[in-house]
Amino acid sequence: MKKFLNLFFYIIFSISFLPSAFAAEKVEYLTTDWSFKGLFGKFDRAALQRGYHVYTEVCSSCHSMKYLSYRNLAQEGGPEFTEAEAKAIAASFEVTDGPNSDGEMFTRPAKLSDKFVMPYENVKAAQAANGGAYPPDMSVLVKARGGGVDYIYSLLQGYEDPPAGITLDDGVYYNKYMYGNKIKMANQLSDGLIEYSDGTKATVEQMSKDVTTFLMWAAEPHLESRHKMGFKAIVYLIILTILVYFSMKRIWSRIETKV
Amino acid sequence: MSDHEYIPKSNFGKWFNDRLPLLTLANHLTDYPTPKNLNYWWTFGGILTFCLITQIVTGLVLAMHYIAHADMAFDSVEHIMRDVNYGWLIRYIHANGASMFFLAVYIHIFRSLFYGSYKAPREIIWIIGIIIYLLMMAAAFMGYVLPWGQMSFWGATVITNLFSAIPLVGEGIVTWLWGGYSVDNPTLTRFFTLHYLIPFLILGLVVLHIWALHVPGNNNPIGIDVKKPSKDTVPFHPYIVIKDAFALLMFMIVFAFFVFYTPNILGHADNYIEANPLVTPAHIVPEWYLLPFYAILRSVPDKLMGVIAMLSAIFILAALPWLDTSKIRSAVFRPLYRQFYWILVADVLILGYVGAMPAEGLYLLIARVATAYYFLHFLVILPILGFKERTLPVPLSITEPILGGSSNLAAARDDSRLEKLK
Repeated sequence: MKKFLNLFFYIIFSISFLPSAFAAEKVEYLTTDWSFKGLFGKFDRAALQRGYHVYTEVCSSCHSMKYLSYRNLAQEGGPEFTEAEAKAIAASFEVTDGPNSDGEMFTRPAKLSDKFVMPYENVKAAQAANGGAYPPDMSVLVKARGGGVDYIYSLLQGYEDPPAGITLDDGVYYNKYMYGNKIKMANQLSDGLIEYSDGTKATVEQMSKDVTTFLMWAAEPHLESRHKMGFKAIVYLIILTILVYFSMKRIWSRIETKV
Repeated sequence: MSDHEYIPKSNFGKWFNDRLPLLTLANHLTDYPTPKNLNYWWTFGGILTFCLITQIVTGLVLAMHYIAHADMAFDSVEHIMRDVNYGWLIRYIHANGASMFFLAVYIHIFRSLFYGSYKAPREIIWIIGIIIYLLMMAAAFMGYVLPWGQMSFWGATVITNLFSAIPLVGEGIVTWLWGGYSVDNPTLTRFFTLHYLIPFLILGLVVLHIWALHVPGNNNPIGIDVKKPSKDTVPFHPYIVIKDAFALLMFMIVFAFFVFYTPNILGHADNYIEANPLVTPAHIVPEWYLLPFYAILRSVPDKLMGVIAMLSAIFILAALPWLDTSKIRSAVFRPLYRQFYWILVADVLILGYVGAMPAEGLYLLIARVATAYYFLHFLVILPILGFKERTLPVPLSITEPILGGSSNLAAARDDSRLEKLK
């Protein structure tokens, strides 16, 4: 048994060393007390709702979220707006639908089943409006960046004046967390930029945290049920393992060899 | 296969078994005499079977929702993650299952290397195993292409381009593989087809692998031939079944931890960016389980020689039963081989590490030394060692280690090592 535990820890150890192999260039990112980390991690509902507020007021003018629908906003494990609220949010956007029976396209207010309205018609239009840089779709952005939430959180607060000796072209900004330190997105957040409906003070740090939480949920909408199910599954497996261990002892006791 | 003739009890059983001896097979599998000193390193065969079945079952479900089209593959994967009931669970099991599969197969292979399980009369089992491992790599590589993320696309580009190193016909072969002049929709659809096919080939080979195993029977930690059935063996059921089940459950706990708590840690973040032929990622890295071979590939300056080195690194394993000239199987009785074995393990881990690093400066130097050592181990050290090494006396049976008084006998026994640890 002891031998087996050694093997077990050996495996865990060798796996835990693997990810470090991928971290070729390490930058110390800012971090905060993310509520969704850990075995029982859950999203902070209020932060998700505030995060949506930041997204829709600030980010959404350039960044799409093409995999999200308005119904997701009312979904369990998400921002959990009430259905009426989600409907009202959807209705505040215009979408193109059709063709109707006359063969014409028409616009109508969005419904819960509609995808988030995109800021640009296509990638080319987005690039044309942003000095050649395409503002990436934000649906899975957190998972598409090496540093994950910490990276996004840091990036939003990482704008500073370029150090001496670095000259920036027009429309390029210095960000100490960006890969290569040059970013085509200007600093978007400033204290008091928006007004939270729940009275939270909209500092840059607060908005960064809220919108990053929202992006994490957007990328992993089933994170809460994953954590819940994971805990149950692992407890179940541990109990079963213990039972099987004692059965094994019992069965092997019929012959003198130990297991 | 079985030593004694099995006769079913019921009349119907007899009637059926005369026509299709499934009951004889079932009886053989339950009674199959197994050395009783098998340690936990031997449980990975069962674990691997579990991994294969898990991949096939989850893969079938994913294939019901996945769309193999360059414009829709990435979207369909997100559809699975968001809107398919428990789609996220199925996909994370499948994605992490590949890593778990390789983790288990590496342990399985290195167990074989330590205890000399590849030696006569088990060469065919070993060679089938190497073919399975090759097919696993092919399946894993093509599976990684299917989500059509940046690493999918560029990984596919790099690996398929390796064939262009073949003189004269190389370029033509690459075009043929791609089904066009770059990695594109035809490449994706054929990779999907092959990714669906290969697991069933593996399943067939696994049957042969087990069949070939059941002819000589299992090797064991002291690497001697055991008489079957005898005091040295136990029936497969229930002794080995319950032990495999226990080990499998431990394995599943690790597996579950990855699936539920760090499902993306073994993948690359860039694969959540949709494939874009116009943007090359900063570092193109394969999945962790292919890194040692990737390091070997890059450590050779010439492209063709690099490809040859990489393929030789795998195929050299198939020649292992003849490269290892020692008559003694288990490293327990081979004090020198034991040390070289651990150096080889370290060497492969180092290759894996530098495979993830940029191929420049010190990393490249380390990769070259480690590559050279890898071949040195198989081509020089092993053949010479068989003649030069002074091995320890081997016991004649598991239960009654004769050759009285020899200190290594203790090491042969399962429980005595435990005593040392206490």
